[in-house]
Amino acid sequence: MSQEIDLPELGSVGLLRYGWRQLTSMRTALILLLLLGVAAIPGSIIPQRTQNPMKVSEYFKNSPDLFRWMDRFSLFDVYGSAWFSAIYILLFISLIGCVLPRTIEHFHASRALPPATPKNLDRMEQYSSWSAHGDELEKARDWFKSKGFRILEKDGSISAEKGFMRETGNLFFHLALILILLGISFSSLFGMRGEAILNVGERFVNIPTSYDSLQYGKLFKEGHLSNFVITVDKFTAKYNIETNAPEDYTLEVTFAQGDLRQSEKRTIKVNSPLRLGNTNIYLQANGYSPVVTVRDSKGNVAMQGPVPFLPQDGNLRSIGAIKVPDAQPQIGFVGSFVPTYARSEGNGAISAFPEALDPRLLLSAWIGDLGLDSGVPQSVYRIDTSKMKQVGLKSLKPGETYTYPQGSITFEGYQQWVNLQIVNDPGKNFALLGGIVAILGLLASLFTRRRRIWIRVGESVEVAGLAKNAAPGLEIEMQQFVAMLKGEK
Amino acid sequence: MSRTWAYLSNYLVYSSMAVYTLSFFAHAIETAWAVRLTTEDSKKTLDYKRTEKVARIATAMMILGFLFLVAGVIARGISAGRVPWGNMYEFSITGAMAFSGAYLAALRKYDLRWLGLIVSIAVLLTLGTAVAVLYRPSAPLVPALKSTWLVIHVSAAIISGGVFLLANAIAATYLYLDAMESRGERTAWAKRLPSLEDLDQLSYRLVAFVFPLWTFAVIAGAIWAESAWGRYWGWDPKETWAFITWVAYAAYLHARVTVGWRGRKAAWLCLFAGSTFLFNYVYVNIWGTGKHTYSGL
Repeated sequence: MSQEIDLPELGSVGLLRYGWRQLTSMRTALILLLLLGVAAIPGSIIPQRTQNPMKVSEYFKNSPDLFRWMDRFSLFDVYGSAWFSAIYILLFISLIGCVLPRTIEHFHASRALPPATPKNLDRMEQYSSWSAHGDELEKARDWFKSKGFRILEKDGSISAEKGFMRETGNLFFHLALILILLGISFSSLFGMRGEAILNVGERFVNIPTSYDSLQYGKLFKEGHLSNFVITVDKFTAKYNIETNAPEDYTLEVTFAQGDLRQSEKRTIKVNSPLRLGNTNIYLQANGYSPVVTVRDSKGNVAMQGPVPFLPQDGNLRSIGAIKVPDAQPQIGFVGSFVPTYARSEGNGAISAFPEALDPRLLLSAWIGDLGLDSGVPQSVYRIDTSKMKQVGLKSLKPGETYTYPQGSITFEGYQQWVNLQIVNDPGKNFALLGGIVAILGLLASLFTRRRRIWIRVGESVEVAGLAKNAAPGLEIEMQQFVAMLKGEK
Repeated sequence: MSRTWAYLSNYLVYSSMAVYTLSFFAHAIETAWAVRLTTEDSKKTLDYKRTEKVARIATAMMILGFLFLVAGVIARGISAGRVPWGNMYEFSITGAMAFSGAYLAALRKYDLRWLGLIVSIAVLLTLGTAVAVLYRPSAPLVPALKSTWLVIHVSAAIISGGVFLLANAIAATYLYLDAMESRGERTAWAKRLPSLEDLDQLSYRLVAFVFPLWTFAVIAGAIWAESAWGRYWGWDPKETWAFITWVAYAAYLHARVTVGWRGRKAAWLCLFAGSTFLFNYVYVNIWGTGKHTYSGL
């Protein structure tokens, strides 16, 4: 005969309640926590779009099929992906479901008096007993009060409890984690982050079109861009003459906020951004912009000015492209700038030092279609030469001119450029506050011992103690307590 | 001037290696004798005294080596005119210092001398790698590292790392002894090691003690990143792995305190968490890309 187990109908409410209980159970929270750690791993091994877009496109070039599959699982954007978000959102729901009831419970418990002294104290830890003197109860009461115990006195006995900070700290720690998450979400909804490359001498007006790249939070309004103008006055880079490593970058700017007539001089360094309330301006990168003049065959200027080049190594050998779309036919120069010229075997021109001690501009001139009207986005540092014809190669010192059949290019000199990062992060103070509270809560919870001590005075004195979570140190405390009662100290 | 200090630092580091080697031999001899004592069911008090003497020499050598290393690290800092945490050579010598320092500090409270052999081997290997592979001439810092946060963030991270690794060594010992005990009795040399419960408690206490410091190291790093890189968190590989380490230790603490894991499972989790820290140090510094990698290690 088979016996069927009678399962009660769960119903939708029951199912929800069951699910909620599962989600907020410690086991689930622990699994989610470990899962979050594991889920963070791929993003540190596979290149991410937000950090290294160049590497990501390299990945695509090397194996497009694999790339498409990996991209389907957001493996190039792990920390913004649906599955990563799912894990931490579930974890935080589980956390809230766990912490809120405990907070309420703890709030009540912290106002309640400790439970009465148990009948059989001799079954407890740290029990000891001796014949009474008479004044032990008063002595104990004073001792408990001076040590901040909460006490309940009843029928010739005192029940004392201490260490509520443990749970308080624990709860504050977890609530602070929620605050950090809120701060991060607030920033990503209401914040903005943009970058702009500026040559020394140029002026930056804080409007969207001034940026080279700009990202808004979903709820950021364009009008919220703070109203300021910055002029890049001077950039100084100092390098170590032995190791060639940079030692200091200093950027001097003229800065005006609101009223443009009232400007002031400010200095921006790598570790000290210009702070304007929630908006900060950071000095992120720098490099060289060769200044060139391009003329057509009749001598008319077709293009003039500094062109930012992208540094390739520690000695700032830089590559870039000079595009002259207005020339007939179009002309482009694939260039390489070396601040201190040297020759190496095999590699041709290299840079021997990051400062511009002996600058050279190496050019390869191309004639044809620059492809700027094709609709495909193009790098400003590169030229697609597939529809062009090379007309010549030249290495120029400052002041020199290279003449080719269709015109000429003059290397006038160089300027430095800086990359400014402008960030509005309204939630970061919440995150910081959360971080501070988290540490304090953690300290309180890990270094507070929760324990109870009892004393009953009749014909004999009986004392006992109990430490929660087997916290150490109760033994010593009980010894002191007993010594005090016996008047030994 | 700065070059003299750099040479002095090198000599001090070499000297500390020599002294650590002596400590290593003393620990090895002590272990060997102690094993013989336990096998021969020690009646000879003379032998016991002799072993105790060697154990003291081993610890004294460890302290001396530590002092040389502290002096070496300080001299390195003076030679460069900054805190000596600018490249991986400097991280390694400071890390070795933190590890043996954590051992010596814990020794004041617990009799951990059985661990001395492992500690001296680990320190010697770290210093050897630092001197032979990672050495870089002393040089000033790149602009991004010029900040007071370097001192705060890196010192907190290094101290946490030292204690994490110590907890790891103890957890590993636990697992080894646990496996041994499940096969039968402990072999002679292992008899003098603490009981499984004590090892279990000890590694937990070390982690619980240093977890807030690690949390602080991560947050201090975030504050620094905010002023240097314009964001306080960017999932840079180093940040990601610091986060993974944090999560792993948080899971370990929860597993112990709330779920009540003890013994084998807890030790494995502790080892896992510690290995994420090591991975962060080795992998991300050497093969990783990201903002934490500075010129030539």
